Amino acid sequence: MAEKSHTTGTAGAQGAQDPHSAAAAGAHDVTTSTGARGDAHGGSTFPPFNSETFAPQLVWLVLTFTLLYVLMSRLVLPRIGEIIDERRERIQRDLDTAERLKTDTDKAIANYEKAFADARANAGSIARETREKLDQKVSARQAAADADNSAQIAAAEKSIQETRSKALANVNEIAAEVAGAVIKQLINTDVPASDIRAALPGRAS
Amino acid sequence: MAADGHGHSPIEQFEIKELLPIDIFGIDASLTNSGAYMLVALGLIFGFLYFSTGGRSLVPTRLQSISELIYEFVANTVRENVGSQGMQFFPLVFSLFIFVLVLNLLGMIPIPGVTFTVTSHIAITASLALMVISIVVFYGLYKHGLGFFKIFVPSGVPLALYPLLIPIEIISFISRPISLSVRLFANMLAGHIALKIFAGFIGVLLGAGVWAVLAPLPLALTVALTALEVLVAVLQAYVFAVLTCIYLSDAVHGSH
Repeated sequence: MAEKSHTTGTAGAQGAQDPHSAAAAGAHDVTTSTGARGDAHGGSTFPPFNSETFAPQLVWLVLTFTLLYVLMSRLVLPRIGEIIDERRERIQRDLDTAERLKTDTDKAIANYEKAFADARANAGSIARETREKLDQKVSARQAAADADNSAQIAAAEKSIQETRSKALANVNEIAAEVAGAVIKQLINTDVPASDIRAALPGRAS
Repeated sequence: MAADGHGHSPIEQFEIKELLPIDIFGIDASLTNSGAYMLVALGLIFGFLYFSTGGRSLVPTRLQSISELIYEFVANTVRENVGSQGMQFFPLVFSLFIFVLVLNLLGMIPIPGVTFTVTSHIAITASLALMVISIVVFYGLYKHGLGFFKIFVPSGVPLALYPLLIPIEIISFISRPISLSVRLFANMLAGHIALKIFAGFIGVLLGAGVWAVLAPLPLALTVALTALEVLVAVLQAYVFAVLTCIYLSDAVHGSH
């Protein structure tokens, strides 16, 4: 296993050492000489600017970043995207269902209110009809009663009239008889009743 | 200097250490600590995202929720900056963001002698930035043909200003990969150096007799800096993703 130090350009200076320990201790030893005190050993550079290390860094960068990109774009991101989309769809679906149910509820409430208003109107009209029917019946009965009364009144008046005219006729009879009797007593003459009757004023009818 | 007394330079943490020498057709492809960190990052990213979403729960578990949050976050960033036509670049931006983020954060986990921040190397950040700019240029040319170069011509500007503005636009376009790579690289590098230096002060003060009473000061500063660095690690990954989106937007929409 060939040990090679990327740590600094001083690898060559350390090459005389045991190659295995160079790798283990190399970084440590060399860095003490590189940093703050500058390039006392010559050739040592600031690690990020050491171009010897560029190739292995870039090889592994390309390797890992390409692999990362492939894994992300093929596996991971589609999966997370699916999960999020699925959740969004599910929420949308649930919201739609809720919206639909709400519309249904509103419709049911409207139906109920319409039915209620109809029933109320119906009840009102039934009440009105009943009242009208009762009113009619009452007025019919009243009319019948009134007619009855007036008929009775008329009959009573008639019988009074009859009684009176009968009484008046009797009065004439009596007057005629009395007149005949009076005449008989005064002049002792029989005057025929019909004459007397004719002589009486205002024959009652 | 601290490095003398205590053996560790603040630069040491950036050393590339070879773990397994590999040579492919003369190209040095050795596995180094950098490569190993990238492999670990790849494993962590894929492992977490893949297994946390394995349940495909309608009501997400905590881990699945984290995966979904990162997904939505990056998806929204792409949608806002590039538009819905830019969603074809979503896997790229997502990969860049999560890769840079995890590498930045892995660098914040202190493991003596091991801790390494892959993104503190200009070779890595410059490669990623060049990849982004190449995609912008090639996709822009593929989509708009030579009309893509209209992005260098600012609209609504008097013709007389063109000789002045077009070079400025071209320079600004060329400086994009530089600023993109240097921003990430310098942030990571400077943050880790500052952390190491202040942490080194603690040791120096503790070994300086009476001055040891001052040791809590750099300790507090190191704690505060660590928090700041975690923030910077996340922020720089986000900045990298957002700038990638903005550059891609030029390629998708053409002239601005």
